[in-house]
Amino acid sequence: MPPSDRTLFYEFKKGLLLENPVAVMLLGMCSSLAVTNQIKNSLAMGLAVVFVTIASSALVSMVRKLVPGGVRIATYIVIISGFVTLADLFFKAFFPDISKTLGPYVPLIVVNCIIMARAEVFAAKHPVAASVADAVGMGVGYTWVLLVIGAIREVLGSGSIFGLAILSENVFKPWVVMVLPPGAFLTLGFLIGFINYIKSRKEGIE
Amino acid sequence: MAEEEKNVGGLVISSSPHLLTGENVPKIMYSVVAALLPVCSVSVYFFGLHALILIAVSTVSSVGAEYLIQRFMGRPVKAWDGSAAVTGILLALTLPPRFSIFGVVLGSVFAIVVAKQIFGGLGYNIFNPALLGRAFLQAAYPVFITAWTEPFRGFFQVDAVSAATPLALMKFEGIITPRLNLLFGNVAGSLGETSALAILAGGLYLRYKGYVNWKLPMGFLLSIAFFGGIFWVVDPLKYPDPLFHILSGGAMLGAWFMVTDMVTTPTTLKGQWLFSVAAGAITILIRLFGGLPEGVMYSILLMNSLVPLLNRWTRPKVFGEGLA
Repeated sequence: MPPSDRTLFYEFKKGLLLENPVAVMLLGMCSSLAVTNQIKNSLAMGLAVVFVTIASSALVSMVRKLVPGGVRIATYIVIISGFVTLADLFFKAFFPDISKTLGPYVPLIVVNCIIMARAEVFAAKHPVAASVADAVGMGVGYTWVLLVIGAIREVLGSGSIFGLAILSENVFKPWVVMVLPPGAFLTLGFLIGFINYIKSRKEGIE
Repeated sequence: MAEEEKNVGGLVISSSPHLLTGENVPKIMYSVVAALLPVCSVSVYFFGLHALILIAVSTVSSVGAEYLIQRFMGRPVKAWDGSAAVTGILLALTLPPRFSIFGVVLGSVFAIVVAKQIFGGLGYNIFNPALLGRAFLQAAYPVFITAWTEPFRGFFQVDAVSAATPLALMKFEGIITPRLNLLFGNVAGSLGETSALAILAGGLYLRYKGYVNWKLPMGFLLSIAFFGGIFWVVDPLKYPDPLFHILSGGAMLGAWFMVTDMVTTPTTLKGQWLFSVAAGAITILIRLFGGLPEGVMYSILLMNSLVPLLNRWTRPKVFGEGLA
């Protein structure tokens, strides 16, 4: 689709599957592998990233004509870290447990490539509305992948969903590996393989 | 298969090769299955009915998984060529005698689907499928996979008695199991690793058939003996002797049935020596200084990952190539 024909809905939709930040562009791997051992953590992390992406994309887009090219990266960092600090303090104030389990990964959103990439590739070149639509799509795309990884890992690794046991120890013995880092790599690999399979079916390519 | 085979006036015209050995994948694979039969029989003799069930379930589910995944991926279905059966039997032989049935199904499906077919199927897999299946089970069920039981508790083994393997006894309690028990297999351990004699019988049969390159098991076992021997010479009281190292744990099974895997080992002569000697050295390192009592599985898997590099590094010089 040529850029001129793109609607706001298209900018939103592309982040969900076609240009999904995690599953297709392989950005933000560190956090998506590290915090997804429970679905609760995935959700918190996803929401934090949605918030930071939307806010920083909007602001970057607003100031895009004021910022000289030479200092644009520094400007993005300042903007993004401002919102990340907001999110971090919010978690610390209202959800101290989640803040503790997420550990350094909330502050590390500052250097999350997804947000950086959206600022540099999209928000710096597009008007505010399109940038926000793009940011929402990317944030939701990131969140749903994290939720799926988190759900798979939590069910297989601890036999529970949102901390509620759904599988009895007698029926299903949890796989310890799934809550460990190798489980994250396995799950993500399968997910990406599955998405590529769906995409190839859609495009009619074998 | 020769694609362009023409029959011209009673003469068959085809491109080379013209001399065929009569070997093919099913023939080799079913010979390996035959070579594993003594090991299986001994393990059933020592560990009873449950051993038989584990081996059977693992084989059936490996072949079944291979069939289904090949159908699903749209590849030619070659589940009956014996390679999946070998993977299944080998996987079962590396598991403890009382391992759960569901666990062995999981391991064999992982071995076939992830370790073999996702990489492209037989001939393309980087890692030995049976070992990767076991590594996954070790990571998934770290407790159950180290639940060893005593041999000889009757065929039905209702009253399984937990026991430590010779390597664990050596490592954590400093007790050395008698050699004769290690040779015959009357010790605790994985189903197929306890009897060195049975494994040797199978291995020598494969050697006789020409399916096993003797350099690989020899290099592996000699390397284990050599590096284990260094520590034994330095401090015979603290470290076990080379013979113990060779006969205990998965060294024999690994040497004859996993180091010799045609797919996951180097093709060059130098590469094979490097592969087997390094795998033996890593085994000794893990056994004596690592956190686990046994290191054969991880050492072979580690060296598997280096095989493409070894092949490239040790590529023989083509006659007439430049001096550089």
